[in-house]
Amino acid sequence: MFVVARAELHAPKQEIALLANALNLLVPMSADDGEFHGPSIAEFFPGPLLFEGTPFEINRIMLVRFIAVAALILVFWLGTRRMRVVPGRFQSLVEMGLDLVRVNIADDLLGKKDGKRFLPLLTTIFFMVLFMNLTGVIPLLNIAGTSVIGVPLVLAIVAYVAFIYAGVKKSPKNFFKNSLFPAGVPWPVYIIVTPIEFISTFVIRPITLTLRLMMNMIVGHLLLVLFFAATQFFFFTAGGWWSLLGVGSLAFGLVFTLFEILVAVLQAYVFALLTAVYIQLAVAEEH
Amino acid sequence: MLHAVLSAATEGGETQSPVIPELYDIVWSAVCFVIILVFFWKYALPRVQKLLDERAEAIEGNIAKADEAQRKAEAALEEYTAQLADARAEAGRIRETAREDGKKIVAEAKDQASSEAARVTASAQAQIEAERQAALVSLRSEVGTIAIDLASGVIGESLSDDQKAKSVVDRFLADLEASEATAGGKK
Repeated sequence: MFVVARAELHAPKQEIALLANALNLLVPMSADDGEFHGPSIAEFFPGPLLFEGTPFEINRIMLVRFIAVAALILVFWLGTRRMRVVPGRFQSLVEMGLDLVRVNIADDLLGKKDGKRFLPLLTTIFFMVLFMNLTGVIPLLNIAGTSVIGVPLVLAIVAYVAFIYAGVKKSPKNFFKNSLFPAGVPWPVYIIVTPIEFISTFVIRPITLTLRLMMNMIVGHLLLVLFFAATQFFFFTAGGWWSLLGVGSLAFGLVFTLFEILVAVLQAYVFALLTAVYIQLAVAEEH
Repeated sequence: MLHAVLSAATEGGETQSPVIPELYDIVWSAVCFVIILVFFWKYALPRVQKLLDERAEAIEGNIAKADEAQRKAEAALEEYTAQLADARAEAGRIRETAREDGKKIVAEAKDQASSEAARVTASAQAQIEAERQAALVSLRSEVGTIAIDLASGVIGESLSDDQKAKSVVDRFLADLEASEATAGGKK
């Protein structure tokens, strides 16, 4: 558990570095060439389409999210509508997806009883993140629903509330004491340990959950846009020998598209897994 | 990181930061989350759970059925074995009885045969004895008659007096018997 927690503390740094590098690389390039339309952060804030200025404003990314939700519900509605004891091909596939969460995340980390309790939550987090990540590589949608902070933030808050709820429900008196004052430590050490534990448990966790997911998706999108925009530029604007470079950038774009699919699945898995880990740590008898 | 993002944002000519959420963003994210949560919680997962239960039940049912069949087969086998053992014991018993019966029959037959033989022997001996007596009696009267006739011829006179003749014959026979007896004794 501690390994996971430490890895999670380090992970955002790498991602931040990656983002910083990516942005530093991108921005000068787009500034150098007047004709080259490089990716910019503005792509994540498209103009409003409906209800402008209200809390229900809808822009392109919101529409992408609705499509992801509709696809998710369609897939799982079809997959679970008429379930048979001996499954068909499609049902097997849907069951395999649900089993990934149920067996590999919920039951493995939380055990049968707690696993069942938190299964709807973990399943929702996993598939919501997965489907909204995958819109980033689907033609015409081309942007991840999770690349704007709303979804990662809402899900991180849900995970935060869930693990605090689980801990308080399990031991109403001792949860905060166990979390902030780990047993087996001489009392003067608490002066250092308690603030660290407080920050790592109650501050860092939701922030890392949010930023890890969002930054992965933003960077993924920017990379894909960069490669395909460069390809467009090399082929049609620069032309001539530059087209050779265009072949290279197109190939990189395809490779990174596959990579983005991997990242989409991985990030969904990591988000659900970490939520389960936090709940598991909260319901564990002692830390 | 914020710095990097913000600098990138400002360089791109945008003031919006990707880490500051818009209200509509949160609203729609929450709506999406609630829809999916309710869908999984109330519709999809209960169905999956039901299916898993059914599947487990089916597997358990099959295992129970197999166990039942196994148990039945074992019981049948035991029964057959017991019956076979019974039959063997029965056969052995019958054989034993038959052997004893056979011995008894043979013994009875032997008894009967020997008693029959004894009876036959006894009756034959009795008959022989009776015939011997009869022969003796008739021989005695014959011999007497012949002797009288012979004596009458020898002495020329009729031994008409029966009383006298009889005493003579008797004496003669007695002598004969005595002489025979002495001869037999000598032998």
